[in-house]
Amino acid sequence: MATLILTDDETMLQDAARGFLDGAAPVGNLRANREAGRAYDPDLWGEMVRMGWAGVLVSEEQGGSDMGFAAANILSEEMGRSLVASPFLSTAVIAATALRRAGRTAALSAIAAGEATYALAIDEGPKFAPDATSMEAATSGNGFRLTGAKTFVGDGASASRILVLARAQAGLTLFDIEAGRTGVSRDKLDLVDSRDHAAITFDGVEATGEDVVGDVGGGLAALAPALRAGQAALAAELTGLSAGAFEMTAGYLKERKQFGRHIGSFQALQHRAAHLWSEIEVTASTIINAGRVLDATPDEADLAVSLAKARATETANLAVREGVQMHGGIGMTDEFDMGFYMKRARVAAEWLGDYGYHAAVVAKARGMAA
Amino acid sequence: MPDMGQDRHADFRAEIAAWIDENAPASLRNRSFSEDDICWGGKRWVFRSEDQKTWLEACAAKGLTAPTWPEAYGGAGFDRAQDKAFREELDRLQVKKPLDSFGLWMLGPALLAFGTEEQKRHFLPQITRGEIRWCQGYSEPGAGSDLASVQTWAEDKGDHWIVNGSKIWTSYADQADWIFALIRTDRDAPKHKGISFMLIDMESEGVSTKPIRLISGKSPFCETFFDNVRVPKSYGEGLPAIVGEENRGWDVAKHLLTHEREMIGGGGSGLTGGRSVASVLADEGTTDPVILSRAMKLGVDELAMNLTLERYKDMAKQGGVGNASAMLKYYGTELNKARFELLMSAGGSDALAWDGEHGTLAPEWLRTKANSIEGGTSEVMLDILAKRVLELPGQ
Repeated sequence: MATLILTDDETMLQDAARGFLDGAAPVGNLRANREAGRAYDPDLWGEMVRMGWAGVLVSEEQGGSDMGFAAANILSEEMGRSLVASPFLSTAVIAATALRRAGRTAALSAIAAGEATYALAIDEGPKFAPDATSMEAATSGNGFRLTGAKTFVGDGASASRILVLARAQAGLTLFDIEAGRTGVSRDKLDLVDSRDHAAITFDGVEATGEDVVGDVGGGLAALAPALRAGQAALAAELTGLSAGAFEMTAGYLKERKQFGRHIGSFQALQHRAAHLWSEIEVTASTIINAGRVLDATPDEADLAVSLAKARATETANLAVREGVQMHGGIGMTDEFDMGFYMKRARVAAEWLGDYGYHAAVVAKARGMAA
Repeated sequence: MPDMGQDRHADFRAEIAAWIDENAPASLRNRSFSEDDICWGGKRWVFRSEDQKTWLEACAAKGLTAPTWPEAYGGAGFDRAQDKAFREELDRLQVKKPLDSFGLWMLGPALLAFGTEEQKRHFLPQITRGEIRWCQGYSEPGAGSDLASVQTWAEDKGDHWIVNGSKIWTSYADQADWIFALIRTDRDAPKHKGISFMLIDMESEGVSTKPIRLISGKSPFCETFFDNVRVPKSYGEGLPAIVGEENRGWDVAKHLLTHEREMIGGGGSGLTGGRSVASVLADEGTTDPVILSRAMKLGVDELAMNLTLERYKDMAKQGGVGNASAMLKYYGTELNKARFELLMSAGGSDALAWDGEHGTLAPEWLRTKANSIEGGTSEVMLDILAKRVLELPGQ
């Protein structure tokens, strides 16, 4: 087993990513996107494509950089640090992993080249529950007709293609269809994190066998590796987010004066800051572990990934709550960035499975009947 | 990944496993663990069995009671990978450790870092052979979290010191042969600058001990009194009674405390034992959703902490952890207390007996309350993190 610290190559990737994002995508970009009414900055994504981030999990034959899951987590963590909005997670991590398993080389080339962006349409209710998918993929001639409604589709309003899970006669099946296909209608959801989310309805959308990713009836199997990769990268994003929020907060404790002294000299705040730092440290171990396990044994990574997502969700929640409280009044203002951290942490907590969902996976793996 | 060392490592592991298999007595090979199984050694030690003695002697002869210490001082000179392989093979073959002692955990590392060559050659092999049992004299009734305010004083009498005062929480002092203690040797210097790290024979006239009964019903700790105790400045050529420089004992103590924190945080002392949460829940048929949800959260946090211990070991190998080790101590001990609170809840009234169906869960639960006090309280750990790691402003 590789060690739980970054290799020299990984440190270089992290430094390069941080250097690039500090310059090109500070938190202010999210504010600018919000004011401009767009989910992300396409020029920024173009830069990421050129640096090989879109193809981080695509093989070199398809034009990818093929750096692996630990590397994808590093990029995601750095984006989380300054709340960078981009199609990275849905496209470069989730879709690329599913399509690669299914051997869909043309789609992979399009991802690596930045010609296609993807969204994963899976949720139908307020909680993540892929097994309970009820959207129908009725048999129609040699193909299918997709009918149903999906919600909380990350990157769903802007993506050029959609991976959608629906129930065929043979069982749950994963389809890859272009977003503009007849019968697909997308409604932008205005969620608290000011990012791209959509509700998508499918009204008798025609699909062929060509559109099926993996096997008919094998949708969950086709999706599982992609979900694990996405959950790990989202956990990494949340950990970067926690570190970013903590950095701002620790900086404020050192600078803000009340009662004639720095508020960071008060033991009540010192102990809470030290506790938060400890939580972030402990969670960081689960993130690097998830990357290592995904790279070594991607099909036996449920425990490592769920551990990371559960911990990261809870730690980010603490980081943003403490962030707002320790900033006092200014933490409540829209003008100040801490609120963005809190809102993104809340959305990311729910996406791809909440704390309870992932803690139950961990409990089951540990032999506890949950 | 090409690794030329892989075969060598596999050979080493196979070799050490074969040696253990050949030499470890059958009676010391089983999964059960109780405090009575520990071999502490020392002049007053009564071996629990002939096998315990044989196993200690076999390991000591090969340096395996202190595998990472240099061979010249009674160790085996193992590197970290070899040490890990040895410990894993002991565990796999279900063999008990040959020796545990404060000499191995605490004094040895202090001597290796600060001792004279003669001190190392004299004291370390006595430790590895289990001949001398040491205890630690740090805290005093008036110096707990504020350890540097120790008052036990050594008056300079030329070729010897006269020591007066008392120590508290000295583990197993009533069974120890020698004590390593923080003693004030300069009462005029600032409090951190007038302390020496002194080695004292417990058989000296004027040393006495009194066990302290804990809430757990056990008495692992003592009070130790020094009443005009004469301590020679030197025990022989190159063997001063003080480790490191006179009045610089705080440096030695700090070094050891960092070491101790890593150990306590890692379950090295008093944090193991007890049954798994899952097995207690299953045995009791627990259906209480509150207990189950606490168990789920604890499971997540325990796994994350185990990974963190591994990660910090990797970091230590790469150049050090420093004051961040306070995090391991803080987090590990608080987690252990939470675990035993949950075990008690899950066990219900079955868990309340001193010695019942669940073994000794109740006294173990009570014992865990000391985890976040001994070796520096949780609050002191948070102070260290806030000031030294986060560099938050002082008052």
